[in-house]
Amino acid sequence: MQDFAKAFGLAFQLVLSADGDLLEIIALSLRVSLTASALACIIGLPLGAAVAMSRFRGRMATIVLLNALMGLPPVVVGLLIYLLLSNAGPLGWMRLLYTPTAMIIAQTLLITPIVAALSREVVEQLHNEYAEQFRSLCVPTATAVRALLWDARYSLLTVGMSGFGRAVAEVGAVIIVGGNIDHLTRVMTTAIALETSKGDLALALALGIVLIAIALTVNASLMLLRLTAVKYAYA
Amino acid sequence: MGVADLPLSSGETRSLVYRIGNANLVDGIDLQVPAGTLTVIMGPNGAGKSLLLRLLHGLIAPTVGQVFWGGRPLDEDLRKSQAMVLQRPVLLRRSVAANIRFVLKLRGAASSARVMEILEEVGLAAQAGQAARLLSGGEQQRLSLARALALNPHVLFLDEPSASLDPASTAAIEAIVRRAHACGTKIVFVTHDLGQARRLADDVVFLHRGRLVEHTPARQFFEDPDSEAARHYLDGRLIFS
Repeated sequence: MQDFAKAFGLAFQLVLSADGDLLEIIALSLRVSLTASALACIIGLPLGAAVAMSRFRGRMATIVLLNALMGLPPVVVGLLIYLLLSNAGPLGWMRLLYTPTAMIIAQTLLITPIVAALSREVVEQLHNEYAEQFRSLCVPTATAVRALLWDARYSLLTVGMSGFGRAVAEVGAVIIVGGNIDHLTRVMTTAIALETSKGDLALALALGIVLIAIALTVNASLMLLRLTAVKYAYA
Repeated sequence: MGVADLPLSSGETRSLVYRIGNANLVDGIDLQVPAGTLTVIMGPNGAGKSLLLRLLHGLIAPTVGQVFWGGRPLDEDLRKSQAMVLQRPVLLRRSVAANIRFVLKLRGAASSARVMEILEEVGLAAQAGQAARLLSGGEQQRLSLARALALNPHVLFLDEPSASLDPASTAAIEAIVRRAHACGTKIVFVTHDLGQARRLADDVVFLHRGRLVEHTPARQFFEDPDSEAARHYLDGRLIFS
């Protein structure tokens, strides 16, 4: 108990003193996860909107697949990217394994289905509401898509932030393709895993505190966004 | 608001059928919709009034038969000269002014002056910057009507626009519809409200079980309808056959 209390004390000291190593790990975590989230939104939002508004053969199967891929295990994604990027793999020549870029690729692959599936649901709900009126107004498809994405902006921002929350908290994919290399590919989650296994609880706890703070901030922001949208009837 | 080009505001249906499964929800309707009048479609629940309205406007395709406006089969170009107000207003999640601007942009430029002019005509200029979905029910329907009339339609379809509104809001909606009609817009109006139909209608289309029972001048319909079904309906009796 005394060791834990001491570890907590040291952890708070690291956070409050803005320890250099701590900041480096946090900065890399945010860079990787924010970039992956942005890429996932660029791919996932139009994909979700397209599935929402189109009627094609195999549409239900596509929706089932997207929903199923939301539960893709991070270690499986990491393994897949590892196989692609390893020296023996088809993309080994790019020498991306054990780099932040590989981590970004893995997290993008992980959260794109989440963004696509959730945005599909959001856009489809709005599309069903607007469809008859848009048909009456003879709104062209491109205009309708833009209108739906804009009108669903608050909900879609929520989708994006949910994707970020998932990315920043995962460890399986980034530890496989990143290697948890000090000063290169060590992020918060992989550092916590390593430091805990070494028994260095202070740094692990400090990172844990920051990770929880990020999770709380993301969720508080989501709540605030939601309340603002409802208040101004833009939800 | 609205300039009616006489041919385009004259409609016709030929052997119109709308079928779901084995049920003909609209059953062989041959109807002449005269230009220039305010036509009210009436009938008991399930008569096919809203379906007929949607078929006339091309929102749904008939199973059998065709719809004509101005002597031409209804197509996308003709539908652009029409507009519809739904029973429950569907407003974009934007401001009042932005809802008007959206439809004006569909047909060309959307100037702020024109947007405000339209809102003033329906008494919503003061709420221009407000979120449309925060308006009251009556205001939302007025906005929906303004949005439809902003397109200068030859034909305006209204599906029970004042069904859930109070008398003051209903009066406001009717005043706007009358003004549009006076400016030459052909009106096709579905309502359950006998009083409203008496106030507005030039001619009445009475439906029962998907069939056209009668289409008569309003005065004749309310004073001496041709059909027993219409008599029962006006008397407030249930129609079983």
